[in-house]
Amino acid sequence: MSDRNDDPVLGRIAGLDRQRVNLDGFSQEDHDLGLVAFASIHDPEPSIELDDAGRIVEMDGVPASRFDIVDAYIAAHGIDTSVALEADRLSDLEFARLAVDPATPRAHVVRLARGATPAKLARVVARLRPVELQMAIAKMRARRTPSVQAHVTNMLDDPLLLAADAATAVALGFRELETTVPVLGDAPSNALALLVGSQVGAPGALTQCSIEEALELELGLRGLTTYAETVSLYGTEQVFVDGDDTPWSKAFLSSAYASRGLKMRVTSGGGAEVLMGAAEGKSICYLESRCVALARAIGAQGVQNGGIDSASVTGSVPDGMRELLAENLLVMLRDLESCSGNDALVSESDMRRTAHTVPLFLAGSDFLFSGFGSIVRYDNMFGPSNFNGEDLDDYLVLQRDWGVDGGLRPVSETLLREVRERAAKATQAVYRELELADFDDSRVTEVVLAEGSKDLSPLDPTVVLEASDAIRDRGLGILDVVRALDRAGYRVEADRVLAMGREHVTGDYLQTAAIFDEKMNVLSKITDPNDYQGPGTGYEVSPARRLEMATVRQQRSREQLLAAQATHAGHVRLVELGDAAQGVDPREVCVGISPAFATKLWVATSGLPVGEVLRQILAGLEEEGCTGRVVRVRSTIDLGMIGLVAARLSGSGVGVGVQAKGTALIHRRDLAPLACLELYSMAPFVTREMYRALGRNAGRHAKGLRPVPVRNPYTEEAIEARYHAGTVAMVAIERDECVPDAKPTDLEVAT
Amino acid sequence: MRYFALSGRPVSEITIDAAVNEELTAADLRIHPDTLRHQADVAEKDGNAQLADNFRRAAELASVDDGDLLSIYEALRPRRSTRAQLEAIASRLDSANAPSCAALVREAAEVYSRRGLLRPDRGGHGTEGSAGSDVASSGAPPVERA
Repeated sequence: MSDRNDDPVLGRIAGLDRQRVNLDGFSQEDHDLGLVAFASIHDPEPSIELDDAGRIVEMDGVPASRFDIVDAYIAAHGIDTSVALEADRLSDLEFARLAVDPATPRAHVVRLARGATPAKLARVVARLRPVELQMAIAKMRARRTPSVQAHVTNMLDDPLLLAADAATAVALGFRELETTVPVLGDAPSNALALLVGSQVGAPGALTQCSIEEALELELGLRGLTTYAETVSLYGTEQVFVDGDDTPWSKAFLSSAYASRGLKMRVTSGGGAEVLMGAAEGKSICYLESRCVALARAIGAQGVQNGGIDSASVTGSVPDGMRELLAENLLVMLRDLESCSGNDALVSESDMRRTAHTVPLFLAGSDFLFSGFGSIVRYDNMFGPSNFNGEDLDDYLVLQRDWGVDGGLRPVSETLLREVRERAAKATQAVYRELELADFDDSRVTEVVLAEGSKDLSPLDPTVVLEASDAIRDRGLGILDVVRALDRAGYRVEADRVLAMGREHVTGDYLQTAAIFDEKMNVLSKITDPNDYQGPGTGYEVSPARRLEMATVRQQRSREQLLAAQATHAGHVRLVELGDAAQGVDPREVCVGISPAFATKLWVATSGLPVGEVLRQILAGLEEEGCTGRVVRVRSTIDLGMIGLVAARLSGSGVGVGVQAKGTALIHRRDLAPLACLELYSMAPFVTREMYRALGRNAGRHAKGLRPVPVRNPYTEEAIEARYHAGTVAMVAIERDECVPDAKPTDLEVAT
Repeated sequence: MRYFALSGRPVSEITIDAAVNEELTAADLRIHPDTLRHQADVAEKDGNAQLADNFRRAAELASVDDGDLLSIYEALRPRRSTRAQLEAIASRLDSANAPSCAALVREAAEVYSRRGLLRPDRGGHGTEGSAGSDVASSGAPPVERA
C-alpha cells in the first residue's frame, strides 16, 4: 500500500502491510450505493401523519399511496399510533438520552419506541457513542439473564459427531443450538442428531436446523426442531422480493410456527441490501431499522442481527462496528429478543474481531452470539463465526477477567468425555432402532476423541442422505425419537426429548426472549424481565456462578504452582557455618542467595535446579581465578539488597545476588542498592551458560576489569502473563522465609 | 392455567410411559388454540400487541393441516397467486373460522396488486405450478443467513 511506485517501499509500511488487518477490505463511504453506516444523504427525515381515523397517511416522508411493501406492512401493523405523535415530537437527542439514562424506566422507552418510525429510531441510535450504546443495551435488553447460542455443524454431516458436539455445547452452557447442512438433503438427519445430543447432560437446550424456509418449517412441524430463526427480513422491497418473500408471507410463516408451538425469531442484519445492490442509497442503519420495525409488526418475538453474514460489508465503512452494535439496540428498543450477531467472522484480524464482540459482551444481551462456533472453524458450515471452538478458552478467560457472565462455563475433560460418549452412543442407538443407519462402535470412539470431522475416517455420504430420506418418507417425528431412545435404554434422554415436545403444548417459551434453564424453567421477558436501573440492579453474577466462571481449567492453586519445587527438593545441600565474616581476599566474590534458595525453593523459573544455577556462577568465578563464597541473606528478599550485602562482605567489594526464581545481578559495595553492575532480569530465559558468564563477569569486575555485559535475552512474548502467577507463589515463599533481623551467614556447598 | 394438547389430552398426561406405550399421537404434542389465545393475552398484557396478533392468527391455524399451512405460505410468496386465488384462500380461511388470517391474505392481495406482486391472470410467465401447491419450487434466499 505504498503510495508511490518508483520509490522503494518503506519498511514501516511494508511491515504494516503484512498485518492481518490489511487483508480486510475498507470501503470509502458511498451514499448512492448505500455504503454508509448511519446517515445517508438519501435517508428520509422522520415523519408521521395520521388521518382523522388515526390511520397513517404518511411515514418517513412517503405518502401511503407510494408505500412499498415494507412501509405498507409497518404502517398497517407496526406503529402504535396512540404514541406516534409524541415520539415524533421528541427530539432525537432527548429520545437517545432517555434510552441511556438508567433512571428512566425501560418501559417508558419501550412505550415511546412503539410509536417511533424506522427513520426516527435509526436517528436515535445514531446519536449514541459506544459506551452509551452499552448503557442503553444494559437497560433495554429483554431478559435479565444473558445467554448464548452455538453453531453445531460438521463437514460430513456425521450424526454421531453432531450429537457429541451438541452435548459438548450444552456442557459448556449454550442454551440454543443451531445446525445447518452442507448438503440440503441431510437436513432431517442433522435435526434429529442435534435433538438427541442436545438433551444429553442437561435438559432444555433449544435446537434448530437452518435451511430453506419451507423445509425448515416441515422439520419443526415434526417436532425435530424446537425453534427457528432463518426467517429473513430485508429493508428494501427489491431485496425482499429477490428473497422470494414478502412481509405477508413472513407474517404467515411466523403464525405457522407459533401454531405448532415453535419459538421463532427473524433474521435481518445490515449490509444485505448493499450486498444485493439494492439499498436504494439508504444508510445501513436506516434499512436495518426498517427490518426491525417490520419484525415487530409481523409479531416476531425476536431478531437476529448486528453481525450476521453481511456484517463485513458494514464493517468496511466508517462507524461500521458501532452500527452493528446499534442494530442490537434497535431490537431491544422495539421490546424484542436480541440474538446479537457476533455470528459471521468480521475480520482476519484477531484484534479487530475481538473488538467487535467485546462491547456487547460487556453490556450483556439475550443472546451474546447468534451463533458462537462451538465447533472448530473448519467444521462450521455457516462459515466461521466471530468466535469459534478454538476461542473457547479465550472466551472463558474473558468472562473471568471481567466478572461478566458470558453464559459459558469451564468443562472438565472427564465430563466432556462422558457427555460426548453418551451422546454418540445414544444417537448410534436411535439410528439403529429406527433402522436409519448402523454405525459401529469404533466410529463412536473416533467421534468421542475427535477435535473435528477431519479426525474421523471417511463417511459414505449416501448413509446420511438415506437416513434423511427415511426420516422424511416415513414421517418420523419426535415421538419416534422418544420411543427409540427408551427402547435403547436412554430413558433419561427420552424423557428430556419428550419434555421438549410437551413445551410445544404449553407454549410458555413462545413469549419474548425465552430459554429454558437446566431445570426446565422458562426464562423470558415475562418470567425473568431485565430490571436494570443503574449500579446494584439488574442481572448479578451470583457467588456460585462467579466461582464457576473463575475455575478455568488452567487455574492453579499456590500448591499446584509449587508442585515442581518438591520434585527437586534436597538436590543440593548448603551447610550453615555461622555468621558471615568480612572478607579480605581481593579475589573473593560473595554470592548472596535469597531466604528460600535451596531451603524451600529448588527450581528456578527457567526450570534449572537452583543448585545448578549456583554451580555455574561459582564455576564462572573460578575460571577468572576468583574465589566464590556463598552467603545466605535472610533479612530481605530484595535482590538489590541481597547483592549489595554480598558485595560489602566480599574481599573484592564485588558481589553476586541470586533469588530462587533465578533472577540474578552483580553488585559493588559503593553503589546504591538499585544501581547494580549487571542485571539478569529475564529469569525464565537465563541459561546455564549465562549464569556461567555472570560468574566470569563478576570475577572480572573483582579484578578491576570492565567486562562486556551479558545481554539479557529479549522476547516478544508475554512472559509476564506466562510466569507471573508462578512468580507470585515463589515470592510468597521467599517472604515467609525472610527474617528481617537475621545476619548473613556463610554457607558451604556440600558435595 | 391448565394446558391441554390439541387432542384434548391434559399436558400432565404427556408422560414418558404414555409415549412408550404408544398411547400418544402427534396431536398430543400439538398446541391447543385456547393455549395460543392465552399466550396472546399474556403478550398483550406485556405490551406487545403484534406478538399477541401473531398468536391469535396461530390459534386460528392450530388445527389446519401441515400441508395446507405450507401451501398458503407458498401462495403468499411474490407472484405466486392471482388476486382471485388469494381471495379464494381468504374465503377458505373465513369458513375455517380463521378471520384474522383471512384478513392478512386480503391485505396482502391489496398491496401485491398495487406493487405488481400478483401472478398475472392470463398466460403468466416466470411462474410455474398452481398457486398454493408447489411447495418444492421455493427459491433460496438471496443472502445466506445463519
